[in-house]
Amino acid sequence: MTLLSVQHLSKSFGGVAAARDVSFTLQRGEMLAIIGPNGAGKSTVFNMVGGQLRPDGGAVLLDGRSITTASPQKRFRLGVGRTFQVAQTFLSMSVAENVQMALVSCRRESGALWSSARHRYRDEAIGLLEQVGMADAADAPCSALAYGDVKRVELAVALAGQPKLLLMDEPTAGMAARERADLMDLTASIADAKGIGILFTEHDMDVVFGHAERVIVLVRGRIIAMGSPDDIRQDPEVRRAYLGDEHALEKPKGLNPA
Amino acid sequence: MTKASTTRWLALGLALALSFPAAQAQQAPIKIGELNSYARWAAFTVPYRNGWQMALDEINAKGGVLGRQLEIVSRDDGATTGDATRVADELVTREGAALLFGSFQSNVGIAMADYANQKKILYIAAEPLTDAVTMAQGNRYTFRIRPSNYMQVGMLVDQAKASGAKRWAIVAPNYEYGQSAADVFKRLIKERVPGAEIVAEQYPALGKIEAGATVSALEQAKPDGIFNVLFGPDLTQFVREGNTRGLFEDATVLSLLTGEPEWLLPLKDEVPEGWTVTGYPWDEITDPKHKAFIDAYRAKFKETPRLGSLLGYMVVYMIRDTIERAGSVETEAMIKALEDAKFDTVVGPVTMRGIDNQSTMGAWIGKLVLKGANGGMTDWSYKDGASFMPTEASVKAVRKD
Amino acid sequence: MDLSFLAIQALNGLSSASSLFITACGLTLVFGVTRIVNFAHGSLYMIGAYTAATLVPRLLELSFGPVTFWAGILASAIIVGLIGILIEVLLLRRIYGAPELFQLLATFGVVLVVQDLTILIFGPEDILGPRAPGLRAPVDILGRRFPSYELVLIAAGPIVLGLVWLLLRKTRFGVLVRAATQDREMIAALGVNQALLFTGTLFLGAFLAGLGGALQIPRVSAHAGMDLSIIAEAFVVTVVGGMGSVPGAFLAAIVIGQLQAFGILIFPKSTLVVVFLLMAVVLAVRPYGFFGRPEVIGGTHAVGIASRERSPFAVLAVLAVVGILAALPLIGDAYVLKVATEILIFALFAFSLQLLIGVGGLVSFGHAAFFGLGAYGAALAVKWLALPMEAALPTGLLLAALGAALVGAFVVRLSGIYLAMMTLAAAQIVFAVAFQWVDVTGGDNGIVGVWPSAWASGPTAYYLFALALTTAVVLLLMRIIDAPFGYALRAARDSAARAEAIGLNIRRHRWIAFILSGAAAGLAGGIYAFSRGSVDPTLLGIPTSVDALTMLLVGGIQTVTGPLVGAGVLHVLRDQIMPLTSLWRLVLGLSIIAIVLIFPRGIVGTLRAWQEERA
Repeated sequence: MTLLSVQHLSKSFGGVAAARDVSFTLQRGEMLAIIGPNGAGKSTVFNMVGGQLRPDGGAVLLDGRSITTASPQKRFRLGVGRTFQVAQTFLSMSVAENVQMALVSCRRESGALWSSARHRYRDEAIGLLEQVGMADAADAPCSALAYGDVKRVELAVALAGQPKLLLMDEPTAGMAARERADLMDLTASIADAKGIGILFTEHDMDVVFGHAERVIVLVRGRIIAMGSPDDIRQDPEVRRAYLGDEHALEKPKGLNPA
Repeated sequence: MTKASTTRWLALGLALALSFPAAQAQQAPIKIGELNSYARWAAFTVPYRNGWQMALDEINAKGGVLGRQLEIVSRDDGATTGDATRVADELVTREGAALLFGSFQSNVGIAMADYANQKKILYIAAEPLTDAVTMAQGNRYTFRIRPSNYMQVGMLVDQAKASGAKRWAIVAPNYEYGQSAADVFKRLIKERVPGAEIVAEQYPALGKIEAGATVSALEQAKPDGIFNVLFGPDLTQFVREGNTRGLFEDATVLSLLTGEPEWLLPLKDEVPEGWTVTGYPWDEITDPKHKAFIDAYRAKFKETPRLGSLLGYMVVYMIRDTIERAGSVETEAMIKALEDAKFDTVVGPVTMRGIDNQSTMGAWIGKLVLKGANGGMTDWSYKDGASFMPTEASVKAVRKD
Repeated sequence: MDLSFLAIQALNGLSSASSLFITACGLTLVFGVTRIVNFAHGSLYMIGAYTAATLVPRLLELSFGPVTFWAGILASAIIVGLIGILIEVLLLRRIYGAPELFQLLATFGVVLVVQDLTILIFGPEDILGPRAPGLRAPVDILGRRFPSYELVLIAAGPIVLGLVWLLLRKTRFGVLVRAATQDREMIAALGVNQALLFTGTLFLGAFLAGLGGALQIPRVSAHAGMDLSIIAEAFVVTVVGGMGSVPGAFLAAIVIGQLQAFGILIFPKSTLVVVFLLMAVVLAVRPYGFFGRPEVIGGTHAVGIASRERSPFAVLAVLAVVGILAALPLIGDAYVLKVATEILIFALFAFSLQLLIGVGGLVSFGHAAFFGLGAYGAALAVKWLALPMEAALPTGLLLAALGAALVGAFVVRLSGIYLAMMTLAAAQIVFAVAFQWVDVTGGDNGIVGVWPSAWASGPTAYYLFALALTTAVVLLLMRIIDAPFGYALRAARDSAARAEAIGLNIRRHRWIAFILSGAAAGLAGGIYAFSRGSVDPTLLGIPTSVDALTMLLVGGIQTVTGPLVGAGVLHVLRDQIMPLTSLWRLVLGLSIIAIVLIFPRGIVGTLRAWQEERA
């Protein structure tokens, strides 16, 4: 069943087209990667799906319902969760409080003025942290975490909204190789268990070919190829686009995806 | 030295320090509270402080009053009503001041008058000029020595009659003093000069005049008379722009306070000659008693006295006389000693009118003239305040007590 | 109105604009590179005027003709530039990393110090500078006389603009200044000698301020109020033009010059309001001024209250403190109670600001607006509706909350320094209304006779009344800070992107925070009005806003109790210094600077850090 349907999206900045007639779909439980050279328009497409940018033309449908002009807040309520390229967490709060905050917002209680927020939905938050393996650090200040752990917390925060669709902008940027695989394995298993569709951009081809079920290749704002990792690897046009970086498209060695 | 013995030494020192002055003076000095805008209006208030300090020294050298020394506890009033009343509260409740005097800005004067009324403490306004201090906001605890706006403007308007000017423009700072002076002028010029009209009014914010634009705007109305209430830095800018652009050439100019050395001397050789002003011709005073004060002041501070100096000096002497006549520092006794009392001052006899607590001190009126490198007054005369005071009926009409 | 008059008036506006631009240009350059909003810029302008007014006459006595005059102006500007270097090396250099509010406070300390030093060095009397030789006579323009020196000033603005442009485009220094203005991190990455760049920029900025001041001497006598009268307008110019943009400052100065020249014809009594109305309108339409760019200022948004384990003794501590305060009337005299009442009021005021700054990361420079609205609301209720205190206080609170709702609606769309400036503009507009709507508000006299009801009129009764209200509201606000709403505000402060992504409506939360904070400040204002018996426009003025900020920062913005301690410390400090010396501004300014340098986290924050270090 189609979860996300992106139809003919276009966006230009001062005459430079960053996205041209971009269309694709994403199924429940599927992991779809968007790749492309720098400046290909990955972030533009991504932010149009996430609500940070408004498209010049085209539509974004979630479960058949248009969310093209909805605010990020609205999309969150409709089941879109996201993580950021540079992890965004609430540094003044503890790890658990970060997740609790998302749970509070999810239940529309962020306007409550009276009762304490400290213990609200704490157990639920610990549960989510357990899923990402961060329950032990629940009471640590978020500012004291290693970067890889922050990414995990961010994932737990995104999951707190019980998303149908999870957007991950370069989820493994800035992490060590071992951590990358761990995080993506974790993500894949959660997505699988909960039937969450995942759209992600990524630079690391090991991550892409190791975890994506389908891959979209974007070059100069246009989709030039779409298909399974193996198809993409074989595609001559893609190879041309990545000319000079042939190794990037090689099958990962040494690391075994789960 | 151990800690304990240090404490003991400190305690001993403290005890000595406390007992020493007590052994010196038989009686504690009489404390008087003083507050003024020493930081904000230093040009006026520093000479004023010199004046009261001089009087204080003289009085104490002659044995003080009622056999006790006078002590003046002085504070900065911050030039705002809030700071002023807070400082006043400190002077009264903490320092035990028997009475208060001072303040510069008219709005602060009004707040102080209200404070005096609430706390039932005597307040003598030294400088604030707005009529409200002795009229609408006046009360039995508030007294004023300096001639009010109404009196000084009245003196100026009398001069206006002779000039024949009919089309008048007003320029005044946009706060209590300026507004009050402009209102009085509008009223008096229409009463006393038949056919007079106001053709332009400009009210720049205090200290923020756009002089060029203001002068042009006045010029545009083609007035043949200008009434100025600006003082301080605003005045300097206004005079320079007006001189250059010829605003004053064909007009009669009446100006409040411009002849006072604190505002006149900073104008140096740009003094607008021919303006009719109220002021203080310190360099031409010949009256022996007054001259003696001026000479003593110059000897002591190595500069010429300003009007503020004279006021500070006069106020303290009048306070001494009041306490002496009251025989105590009880507020009620002092009020009784002030009301309708005659004082022999440096400028001659002055009466404190009981109905509005306004003194009959007058003002010097004359024309501005350039004398060498600085400005001064010429053709001046001292107008006694008594004949320019508001009528008893008009006082009764507005005063609430 | 004939054509020649309009032309002359436009020229008047242009000459004011030129003077304003030259000064504001320095301010905007310094901000662009160092990201410091330099309150002391007006002081440098004043020093420039005093130096020139003292120096130029001496030079003219040497009689080398008109050249000496201009050489004197230039020399004065250079001297001020050197003072700028001194300020940079001694003070600013140590606080570049500090939160922007601390920087602001430190420069405000410099303002206080310079005010007293100026009077000490140059004397209390205004100093009239000489006119420019050869430019004393007016010129004839369309049959009207116009001072020839003003024409020179009109030309000076574009000349300075051109020279600064050349400097920025054609020199290595200029390239670095532009780079730093656009991206501060880049400069650090380029391995440029940052200290030298900053010192150089401060010299340039101070030089321009000094030049602006020195050029004034043929028009204005050097006087002690120059600093504050120019700084507000210079702020408006830099903000309207876009912070860091020199051409923007030029354009804004011209607009403001014309507005003032023609404004006095239409509203001769409302001169104060037009400038700030312009700023508010521009920011409402263009949130970053004419040529400014959006940015997160200095990344200091993350500074503020953080989650902390609550001490098990917290409740006991609160009870103990309230108990001790309630027992104060047993030992204190009337004056002590009066001072204590004021401290309580200002503690509440500063605490209300903490909700915005420490919790929400929203730096309000105009919090006095709500304090003042509360005070005026109460006073107006007493004066016009003859309401008793019990009804007047809620009226004031309501007026402040309404004002905050209105201001907040505009403000929450902005961020960083522009947000701060919008609140400042709002406060100045309210100030101007209170000052110039004499019939209703009593103008600068304010409203007197605002005394409490009989049962609360004694110093002890009123103190206890204030204590009860303050305690109640502070506890309520603490509760709100601890509630989901407070957490949501912190979330938006820590990361706006994340907050949006978890569905938080940031603007609405911030708007509500403004209303709550404004209401609390309004209540403080109302209590203050009844404690003093009067209200006046200074309650709405910039110094009142700065007071609240100072208390907050002295106490520490990272702590909940900081503003309460800060209010006490500052008040006692001032209370002790003012009677001791007429140089109280010097002492207060130095104290503020010392606090910023020694306790960068505020008193409570520093104590806590020590405690944690030891543990």
